[in-house]
Amino acid sequence: MGNILSLTTFLPLLGAIILGLFLRGDDDAAQRNAKWVALVTTITTFIASMFILTNFDPANPDFQMVEERPWLLGLQYKMGVDGISILFVMLTTFLMPLVIAACWDVKTRVKEYMIAFLILETLMLGVFLALDLVLFYLFFEAGLIPMFLIIGIWGGKNRIYASFKFFLYTFLGSVLMLVAMVAMFADAGTTDIPTLMTHSFGTEDFNILGVQIVGGMQTLLWLAFFASFAVKMPMWPVHTWLPDAHVQAPTAGSVVLAAILLKMGGYGFLRFSLPMFPVGSEVMGPLVLWLSAIAIVYTSLVALVQEDMKKLIAYSSVAHMGYVTMGIFAVNQQGIDGAIFQMISHGFISGALFLCVGVIYDRMHTREIDAYGGLVNRMPAYALIFMFFTMANVGLPGTSGFVGEFLTLMGIFQVNTWIAVFATSGVILSAAYALWLYRRVVMGDLIKESLKTITDMTRRERLIFAPLVAMTLLLGVYPALVLDIIGPSVSALVGNYETALATYEAATQFAAN
Amino acid sequence: MIANDIQILMPEIVLALYAMAALMAAVYTTKDGMAPLLTWATSGLFVLLAVWIGINGQGTNIAFDGMFVDDGFARFAKITILLSAAAVLLMSEGYMQRRGLLRFEYPLLVALAVVGMMVMVSAGDLMALYMGLELQSLALYVVASLRRDSVKSTEAGLKYFVLGALSSGLLLYGASLTYGFTGTTLFSGIIEATADDASLGLLFGLVFLLAGFAFKISAAPFHMWTPDVYEGSPTPVTAFFATAPKVAAMALFARVVHDAFGGIIGDWQQIVAFLAVVSMFLGAIAAIGQRDIKRLMAYSSIAHMGFALMGLAAGTVGGVQAMLLYMAIYVTMNIGTFALILTMEKDGRPVTDIHALKSYSKKEPLLAMIMLVMMFSLAGVPPMLGFFGKYAVLLAAVEGGLAWLAFLGVIASVIGAFYYLRIVYFMYFGEDSDALDGRASPVLWVTAVAAGLVVGLAWVPGINLFGLDPIAAAAAATLVN
Repeated sequence: MGNILSLTTFLPLLGAIILGLFLRGDDDAAQRNAKWVALVTTITTFIASMFILTNFDPANPDFQMVEERPWLLGLQYKMGVDGISILFVMLTTFLMPLVIAACWDVKTRVKEYMIAFLILETLMLGVFLALDLVLFYLFFEAGLIPMFLIIGIWGGKNRIYASFKFFLYTFLGSVLMLVAMVAMFADAGTTDIPTLMTHSFGTEDFNILGVQIVGGMQTLLWLAFFASFAVKMPMWPVHTWLPDAHVQAPTAGSVVLAAILLKMGGYGFLRFSLPMFPVGSEVMGPLVLWLSAIAIVYTSLVALVQEDMKKLIAYSSVAHMGYVTMGIFAVNQQGIDGAIFQMISHGFISGALFLCVGVIYDRMHTREIDAYGGLVNRMPAYALIFMFFTMANVGLPGTSGFVGEFLTLMGIFQVNTWIAVFATSGVILSAAYALWLYRRVVMGDLIKESLKTITDMTRRERLIFAPLVAMTLLLGVYPALVLDIIGPSVSALVGNYETALATYEAATQFAAN
Repeated sequence: MIANDIQILMPEIVLALYAMAALMAAVYTTKDGMAPLLTWATSGLFVLLAVWIGINGQGTNIAFDGMFVDDGFARFAKITILLSAAAVLLMSEGYMQRRGLLRFEYPLLVALAVVGMMVMVSAGDLMALYMGLELQSLALYVVASLRRDSVKSTEAGLKYFVLGALSSGLLLYGASLTYGFTGTTLFSGIIEATADDASLGLLFGLVFLLAGFAFKISAAPFHMWTPDVYEGSPTPVTAFFATAPKVAAMALFARVVHDAFGGIIGDWQQIVAFLAVVSMFLGAIAAIGQRDIKRLMAYSSIAHMGFALMGLAAGTVGGVQAMLLYMAIYVTMNIGTFALILTMEKDGRPVTDIHALKSYSKKEPLLAMIMLVMMFSLAGVPPMLGFFGKYAVLLAAVEGGLAWLAFLGVIASVIGAFYYLRIVYFMYFGEDSDALDGRASPVLWVTAVAAGLVVGLAWVPGINLFGLDPIAAAAAATLVN
């Protein structure tokens, strides 16, 4: 079991290679085989990841199950898992079988579609498990390729614009991070993440072109990482690629994008920005908090006026990610606990909401809210499930959405009351847009001629939603399930952060005297 | 003494003698009928010489009182040159044959150009440098206009000749200034003369020398000939231009700035950094509007030379190592890409319009996949090999204190990513078209698949780039002391 992490990470890739090499033809049988191979692979990966979870010791805040071997250019191939990353791994492996099941009706280039998702799963798992800067970057950036193809080949009408925008936006963010990573290697002489966490990067103020950089090198490195993660997250005002990408992506692509890919940004803040650049985070933290508050209020208002369901949910995702960044940069136990919880819970809820849109899109081939109305009359089961996830999205107590929002708000309240006030207003706004969407789509009389023959969810669709409903409820009533696992790692992170800051402040005061 | 010198020069002598003997043999027998045989024989000899140099080469050997240096750096460059030239020759055989261009002179001119390149990278003296450079260039001028009944091809040859002559003139002027102010043409003498400080006249000489080299590697702002020559030459010749001569000129560049001007790094560093920035941005921006894939590859090569120069600009061992690695990776990517470009044809006529690639992924899933790997690699997206080249030069630049250069470089690479993505877009997202009907010949197919596997998978832990980076490091260490 020494290499369980690599095994889990590369299992989907193995499935993709098998599909690529051995599956021939494009008839119905071949398409069915492709889907089954992909489904079995993702389920096997999920089972493999269960072994990681059972072997994981939550009380230990260090990296566990570490694998290490020499790699090229003096780098290390190093994988490991800790309390912060393990749940993202589980989220990914849990959602991927559902994603595969959700694209069961795809008819064009099925084999390639499945290969793209399997490769994407490997890359996503790699991001959360990599313990070498360049290895992390490799997985982080390589994920753009399958997603670019998924949006570009299987996407909607305006897919080309959306795929280019998605790629170039995220690419620009990440290359700046690459320069920062190279600078970190030049400074610390290693790309090993655990070692870098204990390395203190320079905090001497200096001038660049006459601008005083408070916090020195740490602030610059922090900004470069921020460029990448803020785009990925996405934070206001660099979120504009997300609505386009979501609207044009196929349903399964939207689910992966919202549920997992966005979480890489939050994970990056927790893995790099806070532990490696505590001074940079402290200097720039208020900026992030204000950007988050603006994101929550502004994107909620924008969501109110959307006419496209997917776009509405995309903006709602941006707002919810605002809580995450706010919680992270509150830098206290509740804030970060809440941020991680919110990311996991948003993974289930936003994924489910995009699947809900997919269900009616498959039937009517439109995402216009005006094209619907009164669906409850012919689709009672759908109305129920959509209701459940709308409520979870709003943050109704008893669902996982509540716990995350509550914890982040509690975390931020201790840091900055004003931001807490703004952010809380977002809770009300989210109720407004989500419930209004629900009313327009599901409630009322069924008067549209085109909807008269619409059918309720099939057994396959219900089966896809069942685990999501279960998880949302379970985490809503028993949040300790998540918090016990992340707790020790988060408190170690917060502790180290405060120690580093105290050292810095002592040093600056010493210099001032 | 002389026997010892000749011993060191043996690979070059063997190749030159082979070229002359083969020329005689072809002229007095069946002429063009021997061309296919000569093509295979020449590339076989290239591979043999590469193996010979790789196995036999030990330490640093100096011949003819320092005129000729055979060290790890030169051997690394020579092996890269020989192997890439062998691959390109093999790829060109079928293409040239079908278009009646396979004259027996073609492989022999390539062989002579390669002799020139081998002398260039081993030059330890401005005279030897110029001899090698001109031998290479004269052969290349002829090869560029190989399709002599085509206006474009002759135009390409003429343009290349005129601008090449201009650059040689600049170079000679620089060499004479250098000689005038140091009293020697030997690199070892120049570095002694500049140990403490360089006079203004010598700096002028340095600038002219560097301008001449920039012409040869097609770095902006001395790049003007590249798109036209790439477009006008027959495609296999373009593939050759894009690979071996670039490696040779880049190695020569590194050799001169380190062996002859290693004492005044600060003086040439800013020039190289300037060339790097301008090339990266020009290559990235000017390629956006191109429809012809050969012109596009020309601008792409300009941008890539900018990146390689970024490594050189660092002025450190790490910088030279990164540059060597970058060039080796660049050559691999270009061989793969040109193997695919050579398969692009319709009714037996070559097609170079990128719009012809529409829905290529449906007709040729495997080749389109390889093209996709190549494009993402050229754009520097991991996990493809191109990313590691880019990573190495960025690291060298930052360690050399040129973080601003690294920053500008990645911005340029984002701009450049657009046109590589556009090719992927045509192949995968474009509507159906039947603009292409060519099939890959076995040689092209094997080359493309091999390059695709290397570029896509050489980073895998356990393969680790086939151990190339420690070799590059050792090679760089012999150059920079």
